[in-house]
Amino acid sequence: MNIEAVLQWIRGPGLSLSLGIFIFGILLKLLEIFLLGRRKNLAAVRSSGVAAGFRTIFSRSLPPEGNILRRPPFVFIFGYAFHIGLFVVILFLAPHIQVAQSLLGLSWPSLPTPVVDVFAVIALIALMALLWYRLTSPLMKYLTTAQDYLVWALTFIPLLSGYMAYHHLLLPYTWLLAIHIASVELLLVLFPFTKLTHAFTLFISRWYTGMMAGQKGVQS
Amino acid sequence: MKNDPSLLDILRQQGVSRRGFLKFCAATASLMALPPGMAPVIAKALEQARRPSVIWLSFQECTGCTESLTRSHAPTLEGLIFDAISLDYHHTLQAASGTAAEEARKTAMEENRGKYLLVVDGSIPTGNAGYSTIAGISNLDMLKEVAAGAAAIIAVGTCAAFGGLPHASPNPTGAVAVSDIITDKPIVNVSGCPPIPVVITGVLAHFLTFGSLPELDHLGRPMAFYGNNIHDRCYRRPFYERGQFAESFDDEGAKKGWCLYKLGCKGPVTYNACATTKWNNGTSFPIESGHGCLGCSEPNFWDMGGFYNALSEPSKGTGNALGWGVAAGAALGAASGLMARREKDHASRSHQQVTVDDLKREESP
Repeated sequence: MNIEAVLQWIRGPGLSLSLGIFIFGILLKLLEIFLLGRRKNLAAVRSSGVAAGFRTIFSRSLPPEGNILRRPPFVFIFGYAFHIGLFVVILFLAPHIQVAQSLLGLSWPSLPTPVVDVFAVIALIALMALLWYRLTSPLMKYLTTAQDYLVWALTFIPLLSGYMAYHHLLLPYTWLLAIHIASVELLLVLFPFTKLTHAFTLFISRWYTGMMAGQKGVQS
Repeated sequence: MKNDPSLLDILRQQGVSRRGFLKFCAATASLMALPPGMAPVIAKALEQARRPSVIWLSFQECTGCTESLTRSHAPTLEGLIFDAISLDYHHTLQAASGTAAEEARKTAMEENRGKYLLVVDGSIPTGNAGYSTIAGISNLDMLKEVAAGAAAIIAVGTCAAFGGLPHASPNPTGAVAVSDIITDKPIVNVSGCPPIPVVITGVLAHFLTFGSLPELDHLGRPMAFYGNNIHDRCYRRPFYERGQFAESFDDEGAKKGWCLYKLGCKGPVTYNACATTKWNNGTSFPIESGHGCLGCSEPNFWDMGGFYNALSEPSKGTGNALGWGVAAGAALGAASGLMARREKDHASRSHQQVTVDDLKREESP
């Protein structure tokens, strides 16, 4: 068994398997949430709450009441830096778009690799800064569980291995490509069963909160 | 052997000047990533070198490797070096046939036991011995017999180095590489389909000069030629960086010579010297002709997920696993959700109202 054969497995059966588990898990979690149902609201509603729901999805992304200092600025700034960096890297690197095209048939223009590279570095630095914050802030230490470190590593390793593959650091490209794709597959497998599901549930819960507040006629 | 002319004598006879010879030595030294001071050493060694006996065995192969090494560049120095070894057995090139040919092999083996070089092209079938035989001898038996007395083995071409096309799925003949069978001799894998001519002459020159084999990578290939990947040395690399890709073989991007990554180029995972030494006397290499790299110098390149699928694309249909994922996720999710709902209904049905009296009763001793 050489690395070329390993890469073949990772690009073929390994990818199918992890994507299958990912979709299985996400559907399982979402259906569990949706089918649970909600208690019937007996009060007369002020409005349907739909508009308020969408407003809340947006407004919760902004600094509270326009004042960034009301949330820990460290988390706010690096949290955004990480997520923006991550999305640019995932969505605008040509080889990644190629994956989307082969899986979904969708394609869009890519960004030049040096630009993507900058965003990858931003995301990596932000992730490390957030880990440092988690390790040093007494409040964060109190709230942190082992799973938080797990999901940090699950996110960090694909970014780092992709960055290293592109720059030929430490290992030959073939090895790093195999490690990169394998780490993404591990991320996909564990995604539905960890806090990473926030990518799917975040906007649903924001919308629901906003809708409930809207029906009651209060600000959310 | 004693009466054989030296390599330089042969080159002189063929009209090669000393200057031309030294230029070749310098080029070989730089190709092999040796310090410039090594060029005179190579020249001296080659001048004095007696023609080493080379036995060339062809197993499950297409003769493309022999074509590559001998035919395309007849008057070059590389070609002469190739003539200048004592090629005692090569059943495509030798005049003798039948018993006479096999006798030549036996004689060469006996006279040069422990000193001859064995060159192998083609993979070895391990299934039915009858899949490939020479003079009634199976490839497996012949390889073992000849390898036993060889100083070193050069596996020329991807078939001999890694199994190549015969090894491709489903591998009906049970084809394997030389290194899968011979484990007690130094083996150099000169992979490629076919390999670059200068790579084998470089390896030969290294063997003649130092009496040893060049530094090899993890797949047994000479580092000097297989140290860099095609992608890093490709003249189209700037287009990759800028995100300018040919989307089909006849679109505007293809005409402008943009990157062929999306058309399945395997340059990023292919380690070979094509982009620097090029082919046909330095004319060009496949990417320069508008076609992506197939990755022919890598193991299992026939099964690397399709020649025209981009490297990042899944190499197998993902449909089945995704379908199962959707079906199982929907079914289990629905079941789990409904069970939770039932539990909730049950809880609300069996919920008992707590009155102020109940609470007061609990407080009393």
